[in-house]
Amino acid sequence: MNLFRRLSNSFDHGVFPHHHKEQTEQLAIQRLPFGKRFVIPLGQHVGAPAKPIVQAGDAVKRGQMIAEPGGFVSVALHSPVTGRVTGVGSERYADGTFQEAIVIEADQYDAQQMEVHPIDWESLSIEAFISEMQKAGIVGLGGAAFPCHVKYAIPDGNKIRYLLINGAECEPYLTNDHRQMVEQTEALLYGAEIVRQKLGAEEIVIGVEKNKPDAIKALQDAIKPGQPIRVMPLEVKYPQGAEKMLIKSVFGVEVPAGKLPRDVEVAVNNVGTIIAIAEYFQTGKPLIERVVTVSGPGVSYPANLIVPLGTSIREVLDYAGGLTDETRQVVLGGPMMGDSIADLDAPMLKGSAGVLALTENETGRPQEYNCIRCGRCVEACPYFLNPARFARLAKARMFEEMAETYKVMDCVECGCCTYSCPSGIPIVQHIRTAKDHLRSMKGKVQ
Amino acid sequence: MTQKDPKLLIQPGPQLRQQMTTPVVMRDVWYALTPATLAGIWFFGLGAFLVLLACIAGAVLVEWYFAPEEKRGYFLGDGTAILTGWLLGLTLPPALPLWMAFLGGVVAVGIGKTIWGGMGANIFNPALVGRAFLLATFPIAMTTWTAPGDFFTIPSSLFALPLMTGVVDTVTQASPLGMMKFEHIDTPFIDLLFGNTSGSLGETSGLLLILGGIYLWWRRDLDWRIPVGIIGTAVIFSLILFMVDADRYPGPVFTVFSGGMLLGAIFMATDPVTSPLTRKGTWIFAIGIGLLVVLIRVFGGFPEGIMYAILLMNAATPLIDMYTQPRVFGRELDQNE
Repeated sequence: MNLFRRLSNSFDHGVFPHHHKEQTEQLAIQRLPFGKRFVIPLGQHVGAPAKPIVQAGDAVKRGQMIAEPGGFVSVALHSPVTGRVTGVGSERYADGTFQEAIVIEADQYDAQQMEVHPIDWESLSIEAFISEMQKAGIVGLGGAAFPCHVKYAIPDGNKIRYLLINGAECEPYLTNDHRQMVEQTEALLYGAEIVRQKLGAEEIVIGVEKNKPDAIKALQDAIKPGQPIRVMPLEVKYPQGAEKMLIKSVFGVEVPAGKLPRDVEVAVNNVGTIIAIAEYFQTGKPLIERVVTVSGPGVSYPANLIVPLGTSIREVLDYAGGLTDETRQVVLGGPMMGDSIADLDAPMLKGSAGVLALTENETGRPQEYNCIRCGRCVEACPYFLNPARFARLAKARMFEEMAETYKVMDCVECGCCTYSCPSGIPIVQHIRTAKDHLRSMKGKVQ
Repeated sequence: MTQKDPKLLIQPGPQLRQQMTTPVVMRDVWYALTPATLAGIWFFGLGAFLVLLACIAGAVLVEWYFAPEEKRGYFLGDGTAILTGWLLGLTLPPALPLWMAFLGGVVAVGIGKTIWGGMGANIFNPALVGRAFLLATFPIAMTTWTAPGDFFTIPSSLFALPLMTGVVDTVTQASPLGMMKFEHIDTPFIDLLFGNTSGSLGETSGLLLILGGIYLWWRRDLDWRIPVGIIGTAVIFSLILFMVDADRYPGPVFTVFSGGMLLGAIFMATDPVTSPLTRKGTWIFAIGIGLLVVLIRVFGGFPEGIMYAILLMNAATPLIDMYTQPRVFGRELDQNE
């Protein structure tokens, strides 16, 4: 069994949704023109919200810091355009709620150019490197938006042997990492080398799903002989790009429950994140834009776009030809773990890897039938949990048993179980209910 | 172009779903059963078809009657009641009085499924519950096997009045299993393969049952571990017995192709509701059935054992599930390495 797994370069279980990447995988990355109004929510990363350091009326330059980190697990925010701050206050967020945000009006007569200020990274100590990363506002661009520098703050006694770069891009439709690997190969390798040297890692491994042969080839061609970099083609399977699954696929090691990749001497970063780091040290440009895939059957002209952060989702969709009449749902992120958008005027965030317009075909839900215990969810769960049991126990509100006997808190909500259920049972929602309940109970006890 | 905002739907992820739904799974089983069923009707005549219809009618009627009024379409829409009646019918003797077949269908769904709380909540395979009931209640009628005969001759025993057992006017013949058990007469393999023997109406054609199983496996509706585990265990066990005393014990080929072995292994034991959820549990379940079948057939009082073997392992399923929980990712690593 172990040998078989090593040969197939993959973790166990998982699901095989159609990847639908053909719409955009051959399209070169384009730059979205600057809009007029930019909304920068303060809490768009994991951790404490950033603290604004500008006021209404202030003139800001493109790339200027407008909010400083609100704590260690927090990053700075920067203006995506040269213009004027029109306010700091409540603005609509993609999920429909209101959140504190800085609003900037672009200067219509500015060329939006940035001066290039390369940063000498070789002389930086690891502490200085970490604070540079926090200052640059760099977070994981795979979707979670976890501040990057926190991963690099390795406690004493831990050591990083491998830098693992996540180019799996297992979410259907998304091709932003794919295109970046093809078009920005040099930047990716440069950024990888920076991080490898700063962390003192021995080797860089880039994991790429096999449905991106051009990316694998581009990377292999660009690696110079003797460089400690290896490209690892991976089976096309969801959730190949989940951090712990990727480590399992590449190194054959399971990260113990409740532990982090650094406990098995690995640091994992997304392709986009590494390129953002490279750009920062090459040109001094902080994280003010990102590559986004606009796709799905509801989009007239799917595209891969460089989007200035804070642009409204509507502008991004309009540039891609607008929504077709059949569109039923717009999703921010991938279709497996992304969220439905409540308001198209909400801004694009650091963690928004994709904007997808889905039609009835994809969003239609089967009628919910009783669980027939077919075991498809058990076969699908990459964490070897028992989702069928979870659904049954959650309906009976037996949350404690779910946690103690069946380890519900180990679930990462990847959605494989709900995806695979022929009875249309929203298993992940049952699990979320249980986890929320358990968390709130825990809060009361303490 | 986007002047008007489409009405956006908000729903939690994952947004994508695979296309297989429970009713589709049930339809697939219908298609898989069709060849073996047609063969049964071809060999045993139109009477067999009537028995089948009576079972389905009983099953569907109970499902309809006990479903809440506003949810009747939903209850019948999943197609399980028809499937239960159909499977039950395939395990019955072709000349069984129709009222008994109907009653079997009623018991299968009523006692086998509905009183447990409907689809997915039952412990025992409903079709086999119906058959066990019939066998216990009408032991003679349930073991009166007719030889394959003329297609248009309908045995008059079919139309026996309720509570009466009809006189069987067609040629009766012991089933291959009965002949083997009580008289040690072997049946030619070719007849077992195509179904030209006496027996229950849907279980005689081994070849077509296997074809149906392959279709289900190809459609990913069937856990291949169950039929493979059952048949593999039965073959090994019977081979050992056969080598010990070839005169007393049937060989592995006969064991697999006679009686309800294939029908049970492919279509009954694989019922997801009553089989374990986990991979390891599935193997235990299958091997248990394989052992029990041979034990009952060889050492028990009945010529056929697949029904009781499956029902017994059904009863063990919750226990098997409890003890075969998979190891959670990243936990208890020391024991596993």
